[in-house]
Amino acid sequence: MAAIFLGVGAATALSPSNCFDSKKFQLSTRRSLSGRKPWFLVVRSDGSVNLGSNQRSRRTQQLITNAVATKADSAASTSASKQGHELLLFEALREGLEEEMDRDPHVCVMGEDVGHYGGSYKVTKGLADKYGDLRVLDTPIAENSFTGMGIGAAMTGLRPIVEGMNMGFLLLAFNQISNNCGMLHYTSGGQFTIPIVIRGPGGVGRQLGAEHSQRLESYFQSIPGIQMVACSTPYNAKGLMKAAIRSENPVILFEHVLLYNLKERIPDEEYICNLEEAEMVRPGEHVTILTYSRMRYHVMQAAKTLVNKGYDPEVIDIRSLKPFDLYTIGNSIKKTHRVLIVEECMRTGGIGASLTAAITENFHDYLDAPIVCLSSQDVPTPYAGTLEEWTVVQPAQIVTAVEQLCQ
Amino acid sequence: MALSKLSSSSSLSTNILKPLTNSFFLHRPISTDTTPLTIETSVPFTSHQCEAPSRSVETTPKELLSFFRQMATMRRMEIAADSLYKAKLVRGFCHLYDGQEAVAIGMEAGITKKDSIITAYRDHCTFLGRGGTLLEVFSELMGRKDGCSHGKGGSMHFYKKDSGFYGGHGIVGAQIPLGCGLAFAQKYSKDETVTFALYGDGAANQGQLFEALNIAALWDLPAILVCENNHYGMGTAEWRAAKSPSYYKRGDYVPGLKVDGMDALAVKQACKFAKEHALKNGPMILEMDTYRYHGHSMSDPGSTYRTRDEISGVRQERDPIERIRKLILAHDLATEKELKDIEKEVRKEVDDAIAKAKESPMPEPSELFTNVYVKGYGVETAASAVGCGWTWSEKLNNRKSDGGMTGDVCYRIYTIDSYKAVRYLQTSWQLAMCSAPNGGPPLFLSLIFRLFYCHVAQLIKSHADKRHRLIVVSLPASQATFKL
Repeated sequence: MAAIFLGVGAATALSPSNCFDSKKFQLSTRRSLSGRKPWFLVVRSDGSVNLGSNQRSRRTQQLITNAVATKADSAASTSASKQGHELLLFEALREGLEEEMDRDPHVCVMGEDVGHYGGSYKVTKGLADKYGDLRVLDTPIAENSFTGMGIGAAMTGLRPIVEGMNMGFLLLAFNQISNNCGMLHYTSGGQFTIPIVIRGPGGVGRQLGAEHSQRLESYFQSIPGIQMVACSTPYNAKGLMKAAIRSENPVILFEHVLLYNLKERIPDEEYICNLEEAEMVRPGEHVTILTYSRMRYHVMQAAKTLVNKGYDPEVIDIRSLKPFDLYTIGNSIKKTHRVLIVEECMRTGGIGASLTAAITENFHDYLDAPIVCLSSQDVPTPYAGTLEEWTVVQPAQIVTAVEQLCQ
Repeated sequence: MALSKLSSSSSLSTNILKPLTNSFFLHRPISTDTTPLTIETSVPFTSHQCEAPSRSVETTPKELLSFFRQMATMRRMEIAADSLYKAKLVRGFCHLYDGQEAVAIGMEAGITKKDSIITAYRDHCTFLGRGGTLLEVFSELMGRKDGCSHGKGGSMHFYKKDSGFYGGHGIVGAQIPLGCGLAFAQKYSKDETVTFALYGDGAANQGQLFEALNIAALWDLPAILVCENNHYGMGTAEWRAAKSPSYYKRGDYVPGLKVDGMDALAVKQACKFAKEHALKNGPMILEMDTYRYHGHSMSDPGSTYRTRDEISGVRQERDPIERIRKLILAHDLATEKELKDIEKEVRKEVDDAIAKAKESPMPEPSELFTNVYVKGYGVETAASAVGCGWTWSEKLNNRKSDGGMTGDVCYRIYTIDSYKAVRYLQTSWQLAMCSAPNGGPPLFLSLIFRLFYCHVAQLIKSHADKRHRLIVVSLPASQATFKL
């Protein structure tokens, strides 16, 4: 999916006439004026490189005019880029981690098989050799206690990064995360800060079974005092990792098992992403689609179909699961008046449920239609491939939902 | 031993002098005497996988008298807390430590304030031992502003960061991995200090204890796990909860020591020994054989699962304060009357502290929202990493730093030069933005998160109610595109 997505950008030619109308794309104007470095560099088949902050809007034009071009043309994008370097998502995470460990000697990593083995998803590969056993710690299989130890160490000023081999295993550490991690800053009257990062892959993978396909963001979302972010591209993975490490608050970084091999070109310079900010993936007019993590790619795939059918969806990757970036979301709703939430959480008590409530509370007057929330089914994830496919939201369902919403 | 003989032989002469030295205003030299004294512990130590330390403990008259005073303070404090609870000034849970004072005192005597202590919910006396004041204790118990956690923690959440007291935890056993984490940080920073993680006989059956112990032993952490065995896990006696009540042996490969927890000197010796051991050889378990007179908490009478005879028996035979009193009198370090005077002083101190704590106000309503997160969110991280080029420059329209008071709220106005910073700030929580077109008066254009369309005064007031840090940003009008 991701390959196709990237391929579309690569297959189309740069067209200077595709300058956006500044009045129409208010939000992207704001973004470009913010001087943010281009987050997505597309290498065209004609060898020219797309620079500048008009990045996103141009690509949206390309999507509209060339929506039928679904063939991945990644072979063409081999010409050397003038900026940035290409890497996979897990490498981007590792790069962010390494930069932060270089910068601050208080940063350490603990988790199962993160050291000598290099990490079960290779995120920490090579770090143990570079930093030694005291900074990259292999723990026994004892989530409750090593998460507790990370929190205890954070109370004194260290900045540990606790890796759960799979987010589902962190349920064993729920007490430590909820009571100690989230609440210590409050119950101590501000004496202790807990600058810990808890990260790991979650989400529905490829037939991993029910217990290894859990979405913990819905369980953790009510814990006061923690921040939750979900990364979806190599760019924001590295940026969010760095921001999470530097943050004084406890941050839970949700990665997705299926997104580790996404490839993207990211800037050479140092950058971080704001933890509380949502990402505008595709500006649009007709409907706001809010999503995060892997569902972003399902949504973009559906967006292609929708564009063919004449719809203009605005896609926002909310990224920050706690707190929600109601500013970006609100502005979008005020423009489009229709909201579709596409998430991988369960329907009951998921991120989408909270987001629906938050939007209804704050932006009720701007809505022309009820909020539609597409979530995973409230079932344990089955093993069989076909059943698992229907547990999560598929692009076809997104298309149908938008069509119904926009009637 | 020679010294104690010396002091007893001089007792005859001091007896004659006693009536004169009883005067309240004369400095009694012995109370600051640091002549070493060696005293034997009540019972020898029992050890597991290590050599037991010697039964003879070095101490000084000054130390013994300070033990007495501090333990008397702790005892009086707990009894006062009992009365306060019954008077409904203290609500919720209140777990009292009377009977166990020797553990807190002895531990303090054996270590420094750079070492860390972490314990469970029976933490009032441990907090006091670490340097907390009576006012902070009573204020926190009554939920007042002057409490050590500003009234937001309560009985089970006392903390004192500057003297290494890490709390104060409500969930049984959860503090043990935290304690091992503290020890890890001490090893990481090469501090040459240790962590004492205290838990009870009930928590000794928690899995996370063994998980944390395994990791601590693997990584050679300077962690000392101290089981305060008062023989009852709430209402369940230890023989009904633990197959093997030898908690000091439970570490298997980790050495352990069983200590009479009612003897402050034995506790001191054990803690000193444990500290030396942990710095060289990794974790150790100490089991303190102690007893609590009150029930598990104030809602537990404490007599349904044990007999009153048992409680009074322990009080008569093993009470830690009586032990020290007898020692002081036997070595003639103070007279009975002086000790009684100390107790009276202590009682007065406690009563004064309670009176002062009662006057302390309740926390402000805005305190509900403070300390949930550390201020700043992504703002400071953005500025530092991206080289945002922003400064908290306190100019507004070429005027000097603008700040002031509106009603009873402070606000500051900052100018921010870079858009990156602005973008980040925009999505921070407690932030309002305004734009000053060409030096004119500020115009509020956009706010975040629920505070849309507020005017300045309203804005400040609403922030004031929540006590958020209010930052009003001024930008040149040409760049002001944040329109709603």
